[in-house]
Amino acid sequence: MATNTPETTEEGRRPGLIPRLANGNVELWANLIVLVWVIAFVLWQGVGFAITIGTVFAIWAILAVSLNLVIGFTGLLSVAHIGFFGIGAYSVAILTSKTDYSLLRTEGIPTYELPFFAALPVGIALAGLTALVVGVVFNRFRDDVFVLVSFGFAIISFNLFLNARAITRGAFGIHDVARPVIGTRVLDGELEFLVMALVCLALVSALAWFIVTSSFGRVLTAIREDEQAASVFGYQVTHYKLAIWVISAMMAAVAGGLFSSWTSFIDPNSFILLESILLVSIVILGGLATIWGSLLGAMTFVLLEEGMRFIPFLPDVYVGQARQVVLGVMLVLLMLFRPQGLLGRYRL
Amino acid sequence: MAEEHEAQRHPEQAEATNGAAAEPYMLEMESVSVHYGAVVALEHASLGIRRGEVVAVMGPNGAGKSTVLKAIMGLAPVSEGHVYWRDAPLTTATHEIVKHGISFVPQGRRLFTHLTIEENLEMGCPYLRDKVERRRRMDTVMDLFPVLADKRKDLASQMSGGQQQMLALGRGLMANPEVLLLDEPTLGLAPNIVASVFFNVSLISEQLGTMIMVVEHNIKGVLDIVDRAYILDNGRVVFEGTPDDVRETNILTEVFLGKVQPMDEE
Repeated sequence: MATNTPETTEEGRRPGLIPRLANGNVELWANLIVLVWVIAFVLWQGVGFAITIGTVFAIWAILAVSLNLVIGFTGLLSVAHIGFFGIGAYSVAILTSKTDYSLLRTEGIPTYELPFFAALPVGIALAGLTALVVGVVFNRFRDDVFVLVSFGFAIISFNLFLNARAITRGAFGIHDVARPVIGTRVLDGELEFLVMALVCLALVSALAWFIVTSSFGRVLTAIREDEQAASVFGYQVTHYKLAIWVISAMMAAVAGGLFSSWTSFIDPNSFILLESILLVSIVILGGLATIWGSLLGAMTFVLLEEGMRFIPFLPDVYVGQARQVVLGVMLVLLMLFRPQGLLGRYRL
Repeated sequence: MAEEHEAQRHPEQAEATNGAAAEPYMLEMESVSVHYGAVVALEHASLGIRRGEVVAVMGPNGAGKSTVLKAIMGLAPVSEGHVYWRDAPLTTATHEIVKHGISFVPQGRRLFTHLTIEENLEMGCPYLRDKVERRRRMDTVMDLFPVLADKRKDLASQMSGGQQQMLALGRGLMANPEVLLLDEPTLGLAPNIVASVFFNVSLISEQLGTMIMVVEHNIKGVLDIVDRAYILDNGRVVFEGTPDDVRETNILTEVFLGKVQPMDEE
């Protein structure tokens, strides 16, 4: 039975939906608004567009969930994630591409023509290995310095993708990245790919949930709150931080592999620092240390980004810039009025 | 071999021990110096704690009291001297010191406020895999501090200052330590809560037999519960004695007014 009191009822249960909304429950409002927004978008633009948006959402959401493990749950503000995303994307692209570069009359790279599901684990492993090596060094840094070195990693990654032309083709990019094949069935339909992307998102989210609710996750929370105290009680915090850093990087590589397969073409422009900053913005928008918040943040971002296309008075050339402006304004407003993000447990 | 080593380090103490006088220290700092750049936090400080003892470390602000505990825990850069545990040098990394049976309750409690009381307690025994033993230890802590049992599923942030201090002590006890190092356990607490904290420190010593080294500002309160006290000034140990010794001298007045000479210069 709903009552008008915002607190718990006599039975100790939380009050109903409407009283909670009336009480200005931001979390509920945020969930409801995004849900209505999604439904409205699907009804307005049709199922085809919804499938596209769904796939974009799944890729950004995998990235956001994985980055939240590092930023939200462990307290390491990193903008390096785009590098691991790129490693996953390029690994899948290089290993699966079947392009005959001699026909393109540009410089070529060796082709391996591996199936997607053989290339993806290579990308994941490579990202994990890179994260391990980089993480050993990064573990020496904290706070602002950590942000700066992660910034450096993002820039170095981009420059490697751009300049290691013998394997990435540099600015020419890599064409004809293979779609996944399950049995004899090629997942070349948009709906099929969406389903696979959502399955990957579900697996990544489930793994993240398992991690944060385990005793390992509890130590991450402790490290986030007070690294020295955790160390005093017997936890080798550098090992924990390194472990979550590597796991998170491997998750980002999954998103990268999906991205390159879905777009079938990648070049370094998809892995610029700005994308990493957008990703951090999504995590902050959704809220730190909340998996559901990362999903909500990714969905809000995708709806904003794609919604820009349909603003009648906004010329197409300004759509890209407009999404950055809107996201920037939204972040400023969040920092002013809700620094913990939509569903967050912590302030940045 | 350990006895020989001990005799070499402390001929006077070994002699006294042979004469059935003072027991050797279980945990000992021997002439430890800590420098933070040009700032001298500790200078040739020698302190120790014997089995069953509660020892206070007192002194004015900046005397180096907290640095004593930090040096033991490997949190301060020791430039000279050694810390010994059971006659062996204690050189392990901070996160491994708890394995030796030394537990630290830092200043300001430093609880993990987004974890529940139960989770905070579990954080205190990272090397314990046996769930039954962990439950037993938690029950021991809950028996000692019943207020924690009533709120075990509450977040640590939802507790009062006094309750948080109980939790901090309990978390320190979860490692089943032989020595508990307490850094300013009454800091920021109301006077009536301060009394209960001191009572609980005594209770831990009496019921569990834990050695306790407590750094404390509240001189009157802490002298009522300790066996011995060290007084520090400008990073040096300037006095060591029983609470009665402290009360009988005007050493504290001199230290707080800046009129004291170090012990080794006397």
